[in-house]
Amino acid sequence: MIVTTNRHASQREIVPATNSRARVSSVGARAFLLEAPGEFDLVAQRRIWALSQTVKGWADLAEDIPGMTNLLVIFKETPEDPDAVVARLLEAWANAESIDLDGKTIEIPVHYGGEHATDLPALCNLSGLSDREVVRIHHQATYRVFALGSAPGFGYLHGLDPRIYMPRKTVPSLKMAKGCVTIGGMQTGVAMLTGPNGWNSIGFATLEMFDPASPIPAMMAPGDTVRFLPARIEL
Amino acid sequence: MIEILESGPFNTVQDLGRPGYRDIGVSASGAMDPLAVRIGNILVGNDENAAVVEVQTFPFRLRFERRIAFAITGADGNPHLDGSERLAWCAYVAEPGQVLELKQPPRLARSYVALGGGLDIPVVMGSRSTSLRGGFGGNAGRPLAKGDRIAIGEDAEIAMLPATGLAVVEPATALSDVFPAPVDGVLPIRALPAGEHELFTKDGEAFWSQTWRISSRSDRTGYRLSGEPIKPVASIEMRSHGVVPGVIQVPPGGEPIVQMSDANTAGGYPKIAGVIESDLWRLGQARIGARLSFVRSTHAEARAVEQAVARYVDDVRRTSRMVKRALKAMA
Repeated sequence: MIVTTNRHASQREIVPATNSRARVSSVGARAFLLEAPGEFDLVAQRRIWALSQTVKGWADLAEDIPGMTNLLVIFKETPEDPDAVVARLLEAWANAESIDLDGKTIEIPVHYGGEHATDLPALCNLSGLSDREVVRIHHQATYRVFALGSAPGFGYLHGLDPRIYMPRKTVPSLKMAKGCVTIGGMQTGVAMLTGPNGWNSIGFATLEMFDPASPIPAMMAPGDTVRFLPARIEL
Repeated sequence: MIEILESGPFNTVQDLGRPGYRDIGVSASGAMDPLAVRIGNILVGNDENAAVVEVQTFPFRLRFERRIAFAITGADGNPHLDGSERLAWCAYVAEPGQVLELKQPPRLARSYVALGGGLDIPVVMGSRSTSLRGGFGGNAGRPLAKGDRIAIGEDAEIAMLPATGLAVVEPATALSDVFPAPVDGVLPIRALPAGEHELFTKDGEAFWSQTWRISSRSDRTGYRLSGEPIKPVASIEMRSHGVVPGVIQVPPGGEPIVQMSDANTAGGYPKIAGVIESDLWRLGQARIGARLSFVRSTHAEARAVEQAVARYVDDVRRTSRMVKRALKAMA
């Protein structure tokens, strides 16, 4: 099963969503997605953070969701002239100057390998690396929280070494446990909920990172720095 | 107080949702048929966003522990008070000890119980909606169950309700000119092409031209559609981006998923289209097994529908106030 998924996965190419100019597309009538062109990197993300600050000042804005080098902008009502909205977004993007966010540093103890590392063998096959090397490469890197999403408090982390990129699964795991340390394409993160998950698990963390009763429910925020500390390696 | 006497597994407390936290990964949740919630709340004199019970597994029974105004909206019938049938889309007054029962409505999927004063439940992150996935909000983050007792807020307007009830023309009828009826049992749902529509050049037309069926693997998070699979011309790995209810994603299997009220806040599957927000409640009222087709829409049409809905809600709000005031003056 793992071998099948892996073989299929290796045939899928990881490509950037856009190559040259920023692209704006609709999601339904009230929401517009701006995707940054070029590399999947901190430079592009800093401009996304800047763009997010700009649009927050728009009177007709309901909500905006920063993604990975992209920004979803939701308006209070369907705009009368969608072309004008696209032009306004592209102009704001052109004027968005790269900013950095003052983040905190979060250290997450990880149990690498073991029963929750269900996709570590497949990642070894895909990368041609030993499990020891995969784990070392994963915990030696320093990650930045680019954006939150998908589950309450879930942070999309940038900074994964390309040697251990691994596409999302074609068939998601049905019940991946909360706390699994995962890789999805060029991204890594920690699962916040137990449930279906298409990312690849290589370890487990027990740190609580979301509390709905807290004034600041999510521990991670865009701009934060994350380090994974190998608390235990079980290979 | 009300006491839940009988409930299926997925009946929850909902309001109009918890927007504003998608950027930290929290789904907006909220009722699958927000229009029904707004009208129900207006009828019983609440703020439109007051918390109601969303019933999607029947039968559902509750007992009133004091005199309470209530209205059942959303579904097309089958509410009973102490065994005698009442109209949907109509506000009544229940006496202490009376039992309200909702049986499976004839055609639609979800009924809403609006209570004068609203369900008195703590607000978590700006809403009383239940986040089943997150396990917070609503009734301690879980569905209602037999034996649950829920406090009801102060009711200012109960004395103003006519003894025979106060009814409204339901949206499907009042707005029949902007919400086309099903054709041969196929519900038309309007959508706009989305970001990766062009990836489906060959199958793009197949998406719009075929009849889809709502599969049994559908819930408040998303509707999975069965039909002739549609495949992109290239397989791409997208960077994760924000999504909203209504987005139609196509996973590798080729069967689309429409994100609904408990939508994920981010996704990476190619998006072929996005349902216009004004049509989402119709999808929310479509049952498993129902057939639907997607109709290519425009921003201008979406706007016209939005405005027609706003006019209808305003009209209901104004008229019900007027009627209640007149009745009070006569009393």
